[in-house]
Amino acid sequence: MSTISREEVAHLARLARLEVTDEELDAFAGQLDAVLESMKALGEVDTEGVQPSSHAVPLVNVFREDRPQPSLPREAVLDGGPDTAEGRFRVPRILDEEV
Amino acid sequence: MSDRIIDKAAAELAADIREGRLTSVEVTTAFLDRIDAVDGTVGAFLHVDREGALAAAREADAAVAAGESVSPLAGVPIAVKDVVVTKGLPTTAASKILEGWIPPYDATIVERVKAARMPILGKTNLDEFAMGSSTEFSAYGRTANPWDTGRIPGGSGGGSAAAVAAKMAPLAIGTDTGGSIRQPSAVTGTFGAKPTYGSNSRYGVIAFSSSLDTPGPVSRNALDAALLHEVISGHDPRDSTAVDAPVPPVAEAARLGATGDLSGVTLGVVTELTAGSDAAEPGVVEAYRAGIDQLVKLGAQIREVSCPSFVHALAAYYLIAPAEASSNLARYDGVRYGLRAGDDGERGLEEVMSLTREVGFGPEVKRRILLGTYALSAGYIDRFYGQAQKVRTLVKRDFEAAFEQVDALVSPTTPFTAFKFGEHSEDLYRMYLADLYTVPANLYGGPGVSVPVGLAEGLPVGFQVMGPVMGDDIAYRVAAALESTQEPLLADTAPEIEGK
Amino acid sequence: MTRLNTYDAAMAAYEPVLGIETHIELDTNTKMFCGCSTVFGAEPNTQVCPVCLALPGALPVANKAAVEATIKIGLALNCSIAEWTRFARKNYFYPDMPKNFQTSQHEEPLCEDGFVDVVVDGESHRIEIERVHLEEDTGKTLHVGGAAGRIHGATESLVDYNRAGIPLVEIVTRPVPGTGALAPEVARAYAAELRDIVRSLGVSDVRMEQGSMRCDVNVSLNRPGEEWGTRTETKNVNSLRSVERSVRYEIRRQSALLDAGDKILQETRHFHEATGETSPGRSKEEATDYRYFPEPDLAVMEPSRAWVEELRATLPEPPRKRRERLQAAWALGDKEMQSVVNADAVELIEATIAAGSSASGAVKWWLGELSRRANESGVELDALDIAPSQVAELQGMVDDGRLNDKLARQVIDGVLSGEGGPAEVAAARGLEVVSDTGALEAAVDEAIAANPDAADKIRGGKHAAAGALIGAVMKSTKGQADAGTVRRIILDKLS
Repeated sequence: MSTISREEVAHLARLARLEVTDEELDAFAGQLDAVLESMKALGEVDTEGVQPSSHAVPLVNVFREDRPQPSLPREAVLDGGPDTAEGRFRVPRILDEEV
Repeated sequence: MSDRIIDKAAAELAADIREGRLTSVEVTTAFLDRIDAVDGTVGAFLHVDREGALAAAREADAAVAAGESVSPLAGVPIAVKDVVVTKGLPTTAASKILEGWIPPYDATIVERVKAARMPILGKTNLDEFAMGSSTEFSAYGRTANPWDTGRIPGGSGGGSAAAVAAKMAPLAIGTDTGGSIRQPSAVTGTFGAKPTYGSNSRYGVIAFSSSLDTPGPVSRNALDAALLHEVISGHDPRDSTAVDAPVPPVAEAARLGATGDLSGVTLGVVTELTAGSDAAEPGVVEAYRAGIDQLVKLGAQIREVSCPSFVHALAAYYLIAPAEASSNLARYDGVRYGLRAGDDGERGLEEVMSLTREVGFGPEVKRRILLGTYALSAGYIDRFYGQAQKVRTLVKRDFEAAFEQVDALVSPTTPFTAFKFGEHSEDLYRMYLADLYTVPANLYGGPGVSVPVGLAEGLPVGFQVMGPVMGDDIAYRVAAALESTQEPLLADTAPEIEGK
Repeated sequence: MTRLNTYDAAMAAYEPVLGIETHIELDTNTKMFCGCSTVFGAEPNTQVCPVCLALPGALPVANKAAVEATIKIGLALNCSIAEWTRFARKNYFYPDMPKNFQTSQHEEPLCEDGFVDVVVDGESHRIEIERVHLEEDTGKTLHVGGAAGRIHGATESLVDYNRAGIPLVEIVTRPVPGTGALAPEVARAYAAELRDIVRSLGVSDVRMEQGSMRCDVNVSLNRPGEEWGTRTETKNVNSLRSVERSVRYEIRRQSALLDAGDKILQETRHFHEATGETSPGRSKEEATDYRYFPEPDLAVMEPSRAWVEELRATLPEPPRKRRERLQAAWALGDKEMQSVVNADAVELIEATIAAGSSASGAVKWWLGELSRRANESGVELDALDIAPSQVAELQGMVDDGRLNDKLARQVIDGVLSGEGGPAEVAAARGLEVVSDTGALEAAVDEAIAANPDAADKIRGGKHAAAGALIGAVMKSTKGQADAGTVRRIILDKLS
């Protein structure tokens, strides 16, 4: 029995905004399944009462003072953009999205 | 010894420049010419900045001539992995999605390199977004191993390692998330160091996995790496995960190690990483054991320590890194910079974004994004990402317990020498095994260095030394000591490329 | 056509449950995770940097002032402050969110378990606060090609990231049952109280019309004794008045659906200021999976108790206490004070008094004439184009006898239409009370001559008849006479 199905991979691709092809779906489903399969032992490790580590070297209370720093020049901001207009980044119309 | 400029180590070149025997322009020109001569075969560079490098070299020469107090590496040119942001120089992370992007800012470590008056030769190839162990996943072509151009130079930082191995640069900057500095160094016969996480700023290092990424030096030997380490290290207020503590005295440690005395030093051999396990090739095991014997001769005590959770480190790594990557790479959407695909005036934004990412990312990046999305998704997060983070805690505990008994841990850097192009493309997990010995240090956060330990069937083998968090100096010391017992792999004996 | 019940019919059959999520933009000097300025109204994309533009390689560093402001808000809302808290990434794609994840907080908010008491119709309602957390705002998207900047029908959109990364505090209530027919007023009173509390802390300008405070209002209905119903969430409600209206509308709409045996869809809805209606947003086919995980680029926070106490010591007098104090100082009855609060005039009156007005004068103008004007124009009182200092100036002119009430109202006309301050308007429009007694005496003489009957009555001791003569004088002086003075002159002449 596989750990991850083709349908699940398709769902993940939608979540991750990847317009994958059918061939890719087939390939990825198989490959991800194999990788997940090889990780099965991880699930069997006894981690009862173990705190998760989200950081390598944990630090606390790292803050910045509320002092303004220069922003980028606007040309530098917009020059990198694939499409700009009126000092803004132009994007195609937004369909079927939550406003 | 040859008196070619490109045969010299960085420390030697720096001294020559400081003391007026060479100029930075001469040195930089020599390496640029070498790039012109051999990079067509090696393919280490994605972008060479001859003009910029020479301008910086002239400034370095002027500073030296003016008697300014300059850094220990002033005037010595350097190559930078193309996942590190350089102002005004194309930075692609070897991905199509960033094709043509010119950053408007410098990474902190690049600022420091520039402040140290080190000319930047260019940007080196890598696996796209640093995801891979062979540099085969670059969107801009492959990089050959200078020892055998039919073989991979390791990854993800194959370009930086190959540039140093082929003498196109005396020094390079790499980044190490699961072994991307150490494994390429191991398979190209170069020295590579993953510093303590947080001791080198990640600001401007294009994120793969935020809690694992660590930039560090690639060089020909321990001292050169240590000198570069000291140039780029140190606290950075722009990186919230940067450790605010003095940089460990790694150059001093490298010099101390080079004296060949390790008396009083206890080294731990990790049972679970001990060569002889099924993963490692016999030649690697042999070279590694010979290395251990050398260390014993230098006076080191060897003790076997058990780190039981290390056997799960690779799996934990391959969940944590893709999970973070899936989020870090969400910003590449074709809105603010980089590629946009499929915007025909008819398609809506969501489709254009999805097409952009589909066209812009290569297969390995997509696989890891999907794997990471899966590991974080509702219903699976506890079982995958959550469990991986707990195992990470166990790995850290194992390290901490080990360092109560020993000063440093040793292992082979990677289970196999450079493999042939395409050899592992069909079996991803086999490819992932390249990181087997390197990922524990990333999960823990402590330093790990890879030092050449001879050849196996004509190909370089790397020896890894791991230290406690902020104990980078002990790792350099042990590695430098081992180095002092080895024939220099690159100094006079040349890899295959020399014959071409 | 949406069916609606009358409000009374709805309330006869159903009980509402409220829930309000409020986003407040902090007025720190810089953004949440970078040093870009937060000043409102700059040219598009001029207040952005590698961090808030999410350029490759950029990293966030948390703004200490924003964390402190959030803790202060938590304390003012009677919350407990976490001893260990962290940021988390909320992953979803949207073009106004540069990283395509929002740095927010998930399971470990900075502040939890607080409450706010509000009084409506003399009855106190406790609104429980579930959490207060810190996150970042998104950029602004301009929709081009459709009708009136609406996303629907637009051909393209333009994005400005100046707002992206401005610190945003989200305040989430627990469900609020038991308000009955007062639900709309309670919702409004809560939003007003929250706004007053945050404003008193000086951490945000909480201007709903500028979007620095935005409410998402949840409403569900259930029949008495039954389980709570399915809720709708009306997003980005941008005035106190709209909070009240949106609740009222949803109650009317939902009750009609329930009466017809229809199901309420769990959905987000949008409120339309012009019509007072709500309309559906996208109903989610598949539940959004935000894939929250701890933000690896930021350190965890452990606010020390000493730090929390230090911040607590800086908290100002709570607005409610302050109102009690002001009520006493202004000598207002409960009902009058309630009107002041409902009209959202506490600060305005206080500022007017601070500028030199008598308390009664300030209350009179803001609750009377100015409230009427605000209502007529459908705006909040503080959105009127008249400053408290100008109201004080106006009242001063009345006190000095230079204006009477009628003239003062004309001066207000002028001020509101942008003709300048009260003195300027009075001068420009020639609206001064006639204080030249010679001129007034002549006018009185004229009035006596024209109204002999009234004059006779006064002479006969019927002083009430003076009204007719006063009216005549006011008419002949075009209202610019002071009625008291005129009366005195009349009585002097005829007694």
